Amino acid sequence: MANVSKSSRTAGQKSAPKAVPARGKNGFKPEEKKPDAAQTAAPVAAAAAGAPQASHSGMPTRNPGAVNPYLPHMATVQEVIKETHNIMTFRVVLNDQEVMKNFHFEPGQVGQLSLFGAGEATFVINSSPTRREYLQFSVMRAGEVTAALHGLRPGDTVGVRAPLGNHFPYQAMKGKDIVLIGGGIGMAPIRTLLYYMLDNRADYGKITLLYGARSPQDMAYSYELPEWLSSKDMECVLTIDREAEGWEHKVGLIPNVLLEMAPQPDNAVAVTCGPPIMIKFTLEALAKLRFAPEQIITTLERRMKCGIGICGRCNIGEKYVCVDGPVFTYAELQGLPNEL
Amino acid sequence: MNAALKFLPHEHLKAWLEELAGTMRVLAPQKEGAAVVYRAFDPSREPELIRKPTESAKHILFPRSEALFAFHKKKAPFAPDSLNPDGSQAEKEEPATPAMELTPPEQPGPTVVFGMTGCDAGGVTTFDPVYGGRYQDPYYLQRREATVLIARACNEALSTCFCTWVGGDPANRRDADILATRLENGWLLEPLTERAERVLGSTLLGDAGEAEAREAEALHAKARAAIGEAPDLTGIEDALPALFDDKDFWWSESAACLACGACTYLCPTCHCFTITDEKAGLSGVRLRAWDTCMAALYTLEASGHNPRGQKAARLRNRVGHKFAYFLKNHQGRISCCGCGRCIKSCPSSVDIRRIVLNALKRAKGKEAANG
Repeated sequence: MANVSKSSRTAGQKSAPKAVPARGKNGFKPEEKKPDAAQTAAPVAAAAAGAPQASHSGMPTRNPGAVNPYLPHMATVQEVIKETHNIMTFRVVLNDQEVMKNFHFEPGQVGQLSLFGAGEATFVINSSPTRREYLQFSVMRAGEVTAALHGLRPGDTVGVRAPLGNHFPYQAMKGKDIVLIGGGIGMAPIRTLLYYMLDNRADYGKITLLYGARSPQDMAYSYELPEWLSSKDMECVLTIDREAEGWEHKVGLIPNVLLEMAPQPDNAVAVTCGPPIMIKFTLEALAKLRFAPEQIITTLERRMKCGIGICGRCNIGEKYVCVDGPVFTYAELQGLPNEL
Repeated sequence: MNAALKFLPHEHLKAWLEELAGTMRVLAPQKEGAAVVYRAFDPSREPELIRKPTESAKHILFPRSEALFAFHKKKAPFAPDSLNPDGSQAEKEEPATPAMELTPPEQPGPTVVFGMTGCDAGGVTTFDPVYGGRYQDPYYLQRREATVLIARACNEALSTCFCTWVGGDPANRRDADILATRLENGWLLEPLTERAERVLGSTLLGDAGEAEAREAEALHAKARAAIGEAPDLTGIEDALPALFDDKDFWWSESAACLACGACTYLCPTCHCFTITDEKAGLSGVRLRAWDTCMAALYTLEASGHNPRGQKAARLRNRVGHKFAYFLKNHQGRISCCGCGRCIKSCPSSVDIRRIVLNALKRAKGKEAANG
């Protein structure tokens, strides 16, 4: 596997930001309270309340009214991993240790990762809630914010507004065979679900992962693949679009490989994430394999700003991808206006 | 009859506003060139209380641009190399990671808006469930709580006015804190919410009685008659989604649209915004600013994909949001207050009333054709 290098871990800044000095200009009054004191309330409150699990498509129960939802948690980049030529993974730790300890999220929920001065963008938290040492975001360089994020180094300060959005219906999936299909950077949301299920292995039936990328060099998490391939808890199939020297796995587009694998639809759920064109043909392949729309789960992407259902741009009909999504069943998507 | 009705003689209006300005921010419509805009009350000038303000009042609660917070990066102090007494290099402390500080902005204090139109007050109450829904927007909600809205009843209607189509009324008692009606000798002030008490304690105000109430009611009836009968929009929230894939309809309705976005900026119910960072050196602000769904960039993703790249798709979303999606999310409320500014200021005469009526007609026609 080429193009994989791991940076060394550095100690992240763990202390809370110091009190803000008086700055009576630009309409900003001298600070009276620590911003962190206010922004810590939500996850803490959620944890204290036992954080009842929301049903699929529902918001996790928390008390968003208690805090300013636009203020990010201050966080420190702990580790940077260059995955491919255009994807980097950041492992971040919230600066307030108490908040980090009580930080609760569900597999599939997203966060707004921000670099102060460059802006915010939405990414799935692709670490599993069952592994809590850090929050992991994988960022494909595509625009201004992602390009700026790619300049992050261990020890840098970032902002994190999370968790946002709904999550994979991992409870409704219990007892079923699971078919995970990830294409390119779409492997990120699949990864969080994969690890969640591996850490709760007894709850699920057979777990099959089909992961495809353009080439071996475009495969993020390549350092985890040997473990996935050799695991007795799952079946892992890898594919690339075109033959490459030294490649020992499948060659072919994901929908074609999926048809070849022919997973059984009985008592099964398929979860697929990836670029729109891959999703389109994967849905067709799953239909051929007799998966019903209710048995197919996917995630949507939209341009987002606020992440809390107010700023308006991520709507599809009356649904907002940021709060009603990003996770939808294919049956739910069929009920939405055709504006993907 | 409401016992709490107050009467303000015309000659006391400016004195009353001046008195209020002693303890709170007072805003009123003011002529500025050819436009009428909301400005801080100026005792040396007459507020414009007849012409409809050119701009809506939404910026009072939702500014065109505002800082969500300021950030400031604190650099670690410079630590020069130092030597131990024996001449060897002293061990340097690991430089601390620069801390980032966030400062929330100052919020405006108590405010009263005198003489806004009833439709503008209607715009405000369509914001309430958006900014105070699943997530609470503290910036909006603080301003909302601190602001007393005094709507003036309209004594006449423009050709573009259609508040009665969408649940409004020239004498809007649903949305404002106080309804003010211009009578022959003064203003009749009718308190509608608890917030009204904050401004009605003045000795310049007298009590009003049955006669004033009757005079006001007659004026309200006249204004209602001027607007004319409102068409029945029942079923619009299903008609628009039913036409979603009707390309011909949306291409024809949007043909004249220049995608300039004037409609969205003037609209009292358009609540969409963007968030961007602005930075100079070590400091900066995270800003939110009004945005327009009529611009192609609004939904353009970094990958290049754009779900609403065509103006027909954008107009369809704008009309759909106001007359269908919003109703489904917010108990049947239409996200339009009928102020007509989008019609009046559209450079190419796109008329949202026509689109809505055409949609109803076309959906009914399709339904009939499908049996």
